[in-house]
Amino acid sequence: MSRWLPRTYLTLVYVLLYVPIIVLVVFSFNDSRSGYEWGGLSLRWYEALFNNRAMVQAMWNSLWLALSAATVSTMIGALTALALHRYRFRGKKLLNGMLFIVMMSPEIVLAISLLALFLLVGLKLGYVSLLLAHVTFCLPFVVITVMARLSGFDERLPEAARDLGASDFTMTRTVLIPVIMPALVAGWLLGFTLSLDDVVVSTFVSGPSYEILPLRIYSMVRVGLKPEVNALGTLLLVFSLFMLILSQWILLRSRR
Amino acid sequence: MKQTLLSLSNLSKQFDGKTVLDSLDLEILDGEFITLLGPSGCGKTTLLRLMAGFEHPDDGTILLGGQDLTHTPPEKRPLNTVFQNYALFPHMSVFDNVAYGLKMEKRPKEEIRQRVDEALAMVQLEEFARRKPHQLSGGQQQRVAIARAVVKRPKMLLLDEPLSALDYKLRRTMQVELKRLQRELGITFVFVTHDQEEALSMSDRVVVLKDGLIQQLGTPREVYERPANLFTARFVGETNFFPGRIDKANGDDTITVDVFGLKRTFRKPDFPVAAGQPLHVLLRPEDIRVLAPDDDDGVAGKVVERNYKGSTLDSVIHLEDSTEVLASEFFDEDDPTFDYRLGEPVKVSWVDGWEWLLPMESPEAEAEANLDE
Amino acid sequence: MSSVTQQPFRTAVLVLVWGWLLFLVLTPNLLVVGASVMTRDPGSFLSLPLNLDAYRQLMNPLYLDVFLHSLYMAAMTTLICLLIGYPFAWALTKVGKQRQMLLIFLLIVPFWTNSLVRTYALKLLLATNGLLNNALMSLGIIEEPLRMLYTEGAVIVGLVYLLLPFMILPLYAVFDDLREDLLRASHDLGAGRLATFVHVIVPLTLPGVLAGVMLVLLPAMGLFFVPDILGGSRNLLVGNVIKNQFLDARNWPFGAAASIVLTLAMAFLMFAHRLSKRRIGEDGV
Repeated sequence: MSRWLPRTYLTLVYVLLYVPIIVLVVFSFNDSRSGYEWGGLSLRWYEALFNNRAMVQAMWNSLWLALSAATVSTMIGALTALALHRYRFRGKKLLNGMLFIVMMSPEIVLAISLLALFLLVGLKLGYVSLLLAHVTFCLPFVVITVMARLSGFDERLPEAARDLGASDFTMTRTVLIPVIMPALVAGWLLGFTLSLDDVVVSTFVSGPSYEILPLRIYSMVRVGLKPEVNALGTLLLVFSLFMLILSQWILLRSRR
Repeated sequence: MKQTLLSLSNLSKQFDGKTVLDSLDLEILDGEFITLLGPSGCGKTTLLRLMAGFEHPDDGTILLGGQDLTHTPPEKRPLNTVFQNYALFPHMSVFDNVAYGLKMEKRPKEEIRQRVDEALAMVQLEEFARRKPHQLSGGQQQRVAIARAVVKRPKMLLLDEPLSALDYKLRRTMQVELKRLQRELGITFVFVTHDQEEALSMSDRVVVLKDGLIQQLGTPREVYERPANLFTARFVGETNFFPGRIDKANGDDTITVDVFGLKRTFRKPDFPVAAGQPLHVLLRPEDIRVLAPDDDDGVAGKVVERNYKGSTLDSVIHLEDSTEVLASEFFDEDDPTFDYRLGEPVKVSWVDGWEWLLPMESPEAEAEANLDE
Repeated sequence: MSSVTQQPFRTAVLVLVWGWLLFLVLTPNLLVVGASVMTRDPGSFLSLPLNLDAYRQLMNPLYLDVFLHSLYMAAMTTLICLLIGYPFAWALTKVGKQRQMLLIFLLIVPFWTNSLVRTYALKLLLATNGLLNNALMSLGIIEEPLRMLYTEGAVIVGLVYLLLPFMILPLYAVFDDLREDLLRASHDLGAGRLATFVHVIVPLTLPGVLAGVMLVLLPAMGLFFVPDILGGSRNLLVGNVIKNQFLDARNWPFGAAASIVLTLAMAFLMFAHRLSKRRIGEDGV
């Protein structure tokens, strides 16, 4: 096969993937009210964004939700991965199966099942319901990331620690967790981004008391074009890019 | 007389219904270098892990200096382990690896520093204290693992095939080094290996294990020269098994045995003998003499393989009844009869008194022994 | 595993993990199954008696049309993703290893970017007086602006745009594992390019294809915000139906039944994926 054919093809697909994003970024600096015509360089949409108190509030809410969801799911996910890796217990297959179902099932199925649960137990929809839901859908991704790290882990390390006088708990704190740290960080960043991006599940389990960013964007973009969204999208893009690079850097560094 | 340090009695362990150790008894003496030797799956690693506390026995007790350790978790046992692939903590420096056990004992900082430095000096790694394990060679990692285990001054050091990952030359160096350490520290070493050469050259005593049972317990010399049974004889070193039949028992503590039609007089073995009884006559390759075909002594055969090994010349000789005989002779250029060509007829003999006699075993054991050949 | 572990820590971990998954995964899913066989109730969402009315309602021509249309759009999305993704993944393995990592990185950047924002970006391009129409008109290719937004095509484009990486990544994984010597062996044994493709490459990459299909087809039926932004009221997905039934029409049994149909479709695809992996001697996950 000649070399230029695959390369041209790859380039073409990447152009198609990135054109909309580039357009979005460029138009976020557009002075014109119309979303289609270039009216000169301006930061007015960024200004409008930060002057919109409800929007800023939604941003903080989202950020706080993503922080807490990522943290909780990393803790539970790491413990789950450790349990799956180290302990022999009944129902291990069922546990694995449940995680797999969460990861593979369409988000909307997860969304309505959680909504049904929250209404059944009488949980008011808001921050808590969002947190529980977000932790649940982040969990399998954290578990997989940590499991991958653990699979390359020397089984003798925990034994060596025990042999040298560490209790099970001390061993976990001083050996296991430091060794899987890069995976924990990567899992946390993944969870953070998944939470920040989620629309489908949040649509079902959020209430008026706690408005989050994706839902605010959703209500803005359903009808017509809103130039503020360009600015917001650009900010989110830069933020995600930063997080992604950070996580890749941490993973690469740990692989030395 | 050395005292018993660790005493294992009636130890049994099963994994998923498969018996790995079968009512095993063993006394380990204070300050000795004892080796657990056997093929993979013989239970030697399980035995070591029971001593370390990573496994619990299904039955039996482990006493250390009279104190019952059977159900003590590993962190509370005054024994330490050197692991097969070292199991160094990858996120800690060499210093922190060695200091780990002392930190667990909550020793004062200054004492930790001093003892770690001493331990590293002992294995000649002082300059490497700040390095991470992945920046060290295999042999250096091995020495860190040893330092980490001995820094706690355990009563006993357990070594699980610690040299198996090293290349041949380094392995020899480390064998000498381990012996030196053991002498200097005066700690009991329990060494697990499947390498019989390593076991013979390093140990005070060797425990030969198979299927969770002790086959023989003795000094390397006893194990090599006077194997207790067919398995040990085969597992430890090369051996020729000649079929013999007792002609008669003599009054003077000797017996006359018919081997390949030759009537030879042997010392009476310590198992009961009767005329007409078949037995095994064992001869190590270095005990075999290869003679010229016109020699009066010996059994006729011909040379089918010659391997020059440097200091020795190893031959395979086919006897007329197609028995294969291994012979290993020290090289002597001045000996005119020494150099036989392939296919050349020779006679095979040995010096009486160098043989070792074993009784016939159960048909299964005999069949198994023959399969190896 | 060593039997020597301190019990309290182990117990605490297991209780936490099991508790979470039983309460937030197993129970909710059972609730949905339960809801699907109950009766709609305007006051308390659900009531007895148990019946299969919701499933019967799925067969109602009105909804059947929506489902079939959604299935059609999802299938088209999957097919287009496969047609773009298969040669893409193949081509990806042909460039240098260093560059491959960079290209994979560029592929997952969008995955880490808010999907609503990306869908909205498409809207910028596709609108009647949007950039694409303007560009085509100024190039003289068209006279009148084309109606691209609020069409079936727009929804499919949106879904392809969001889901393409999910097709490419599993395909890349199988192509990356495909050993060159197998292809050489095939040529050596006299197979031409086409025969090698049919008899060697396709069977060995099938698990990747099925994994990709699984990761694209099902979300393509559930991502309700794509038609909301790009498709107008006529091009609904199953996801829109479920959402409307739950949040607007308050017909829970019907919404639950629809979601169970989606889940069954997922189970079927997972089964096929397992089978294809076993055929080439890998353990199904």
